[in-house]
Amino acid sequence: MTAPAVSVRRWQGPAAFAAVFSAVAVLALVAAPLLLEPFRLGLLAKYLCYAIVALGIGLAWGQGGMLTLGQGVFFGLGGYAMGMYLKLNDAAGDLPDFMVWSGVEKLPALWKPFGNPVFALAMVVVLPVAVALLLGTLVFRQRVRGAYFAILTQALAAALVILLVGQQGLTGGTNGLTNFFDFFGRDVAADETQRGLYLLVAIVLGALYLGARQLVRSRFGRLLLAVRDGEDRVRFLGYDPATVKTLTFAVSAGMAGIAGALFVPVVGIISPALLGVVPSLELVVAVAVGGRFALAGAVLGAVVMGYARTYFSEELPDAWLYLQGALFVLVMTLAPSGIAGLAANLVRRREART
Amino acid sequence: MTEALLEIRSLEVAFGGFRALDGVDLTVGRGELRFLIGPNGAGKTTLIDVITGLTRPTGGSVRFEGHDLLGRREHEIVRLGVGRTFQTSVVFEELTVLENLDLAASFRRPLWSLLRRRRGVSEEVTAALETTGLASLAGSKAGVLSHGQRQWLEIGMLIVQRPRLLLLDEPVAGMSSGERERTGELLTEVARDHTVIVVEHDMDFLRRYASQVTVLHEGRVLTEGSVEQVRADPRVQEIYLGRAREGAEDAVR
Amino acid sequence: MEGVLNQLPIGLSIGAVLLLIALGLTFTFGQMGVVNMAHGEFIMAGAYTAYLLQGVGFLIALPAAFVVAGLMGLVLERTLIRRFYGRPLDTLLLTWGVSLMLQQLARDLFGAPNVQVASPAWLRGGVGILPYNRLFIMALAAASVLAIWAYMNRTGQGRRMRAVMQNRRLAATSGIDTGRVDQRTFFIGSGLAGVAGVALTLIGPVGPTLGTYYIVDAFLVVVAGGLGQLRGAVLAAAGLGLLNSYAEFWSDASLAKVVVFVAIIGFLQVRPQGLFFVRSRALT
Repeated sequence: MTAPAVSVRRWQGPAAFAAVFSAVAVLALVAAPLLLEPFRLGLLAKYLCYAIVALGIGLAWGQGGMLTLGQGVFFGLGGYAMGMYLKLNDAAGDLPDFMVWSGVEKLPALWKPFGNPVFALAMVVVLPVAVALLLGTLVFRQRVRGAYFAILTQALAAALVILLVGQQGLTGGTNGLTNFFDFFGRDVAADETQRGLYLLVAIVLGALYLGARQLVRSRFGRLLLAVRDGEDRVRFLGYDPATVKTLTFAVSAGMAGIAGALFVPVVGIISPALLGVVPSLELVVAVAVGGRFALAGAVLGAVVMGYARTYFSEELPDAWLYLQGALFVLVMTLAPSGIAGLAANLVRRREART
Repeated sequence: MTEALLEIRSLEVAFGGFRALDGVDLTVGRGELRFLIGPNGAGKTTLIDVITGLTRPTGGSVRFEGHDLLGRREHEIVRLGVGRTFQTSVVFEELTVLENLDLAASFRRPLWSLLRRRRGVSEEVTAALETTGLASLAGSKAGVLSHGQRQWLEIGMLIVQRPRLLLLDEPVAGMSSGERERTGELLTEVARDHTVIVVEHDMDFLRRYASQVTVLHEGRVLTEGSVEQVRADPRVQEIYLGRAREGAEDAVR
Repeated sequence: MEGVLNQLPIGLSIGAVLLLIALGLTFTFGQMGVVNMAHGEFIMAGAYTAYLLQGVGFLIALPAAFVVAGLMGLVLERTLIRRFYGRPLDTLLLTWGVSLMLQQLARDLFGAPNVQVASPAWLRGGVGILPYNRLFIMALAAASVLAIWAYMNRTGQGRRMRAVMQNRRLAATSGIDTGRVDQRTFFIGSGLAGVAGVALTLIGPVGPTLGTYYIVDAFLVVVAGGLGQLRGAVLAAAGLGLLNSYAEFWSDASLAKVVVFVAIIGFLQVRPQGLFFVRSRALT
């Protein structure tokens, strides 16, 4: 009974982790840029942006039990902050193109500070974190949780999309912000820039992953699990679960914000369709497919689902929604801990046999 | 006469029209081991719920070491030094026994210091592992523990928090006789350097370990005293035995 | 001033539709802990039922939609949801998968573009500021609530349903077949969503994603009204419908949802468990 546990631990020990992590890093940072043509590398960069959001979902949902259906909101805040800077930068003192089209004559006050790259980059993190802190404080302090919290985050995503679409002159409406040219002195569409952006996304994801892993393994991470499994009991240990949840939610929001900001130069657009109820849910689905209880599972799920979506919508566009729905039903029914859970079981079983 | 640690005055709790507590006065001195008994619905658990902030009373006062406890949130009351267990023990099944105890012991650390990983095991946690007899299970997930072991782990988690007042809600309910014995020993040990209030139904357990007893009945304090005094009180016999007799008559009819 | 008054029937009829949708949600959530995202597709199914039955008679579409949507709910409960009791968040994601498939199915069956259902002649026009179609929707919701109330309080089945909602385990040990009660609750709740779908054909076109426009607001009604509470749902639905239409009226359509969201968060600061709730001592 104890023997397999020990050998599983050997598999999961620090040396094994370092080996696997380095292998994945070499694959991502060296092999992928060499082997993939620019278009495919761009796709991978996009999936890795989603993986950053998924990492945050894994943290909030898998570890903290907060099912957040509104990560698109934070992704969008980060994306629009970046997009606004790029638009102003491209316009070089004039009005951004879409404002001219919708008849806006003077740069709105909201936009002005985003001309400053330092301010814009700060807002990429500050805005999502501030919204998450505010919402988390108001909601978790009142012990609103579980499905209620999920519903509220979803309502927020729905509200934000309607707001963005409606404020045409301010946000570009349905089209969002697009047609970027210059990215910090480089041609954003050039293969060179895109390769650099890919590397940037991969490194940011790796760093955030390590950070999240450290968080999970710290005492705070234990506390987070305890809050997930018995919030009321945690209170009687003298901790305020609302604080623990709010902070974790804010971290996951910050990650989504960073992902949104990276997404904009990589894909060249940020629009309401990318951050509403459906995209937010799709990422949660991806995390469930990959395995919500393991951070690596969340990342894996986002990449796998990204590829699946691209492949099937190219090959079998009509079947994709059926497939996605069916896959989801199957995963929830047969493998609620996702690919990562299945893999862990497999390792455990093999170890038990030897 | 010991100095009062907990002072409860004319406490009232109503659920809708039902008065769960109807003017309870209770004083518990420092270092006491106090048993709280009474038939079902007497208000024992409600009383503990009010002290620990889980239930808001409709009137009265609860003072602990000069602090007014009413209106404070649960975790704030714990931070003042009041700890409790529940009838159905709740431990964190996904964490190991050691992690459960460590989490309980870390509650006074500043939040940012929790971001570091745990290195080693603190003295008080080691001591608690010994006291509760769970040292050999330190690395196991709490989910695999038996009912009795869970209760001991809960008591251990209380001890490492060094509360000035412990409230145990039916610690031996559902336990085997061996487990009861072990819990009794643990209780005596804990009571040596803590103030403890125990809610208990079990009369045998009461006879063996109780010194001071408070009897609650229909939301009021019926009587207080030593085990012998309380047992000799005809009113106590009435509520415990009288009900049994009525029940027997019902059954005959 | 007239504009302000005009919003009243609009808000109340939207509230009435939300109520019909939310009733099913609040019961399945309150009784079974199921968060059913596919509920929105039952609305859509009801609306398409009305579309198919055009010419047969509007009043026949109502019971037909009830049965169609109810049966869909029943099938969903029996095949999938039954395995997920006690895992509300998982049911949410599971049923979302179902919802995706149902939307695609509707696209394949009826085409992606919206279709219009012709309102019956007797519902065109109105008295003063009160259009007949909106009056009819309000009356429909009122009648449904009365029927549900009578069912829950006057029939044995309804009493069993309330028993299961309040304490599932106790109800089971008292000899109530909780599985059957769950099936009935699901059937009725889903059926009401179908009725809501028919009502929606009176005020707008029908499309495969019809349900997605209402499901979020309907869930907000559940949050604000309190779990499994009839009167809570009624008040919350009316409130939310009015708030929606007046926020649109006084600010603009794009801000209305934000206003509603902020209002709900504000409301939860005062009543975190919704308008009505059952006090419980359990440590959940």
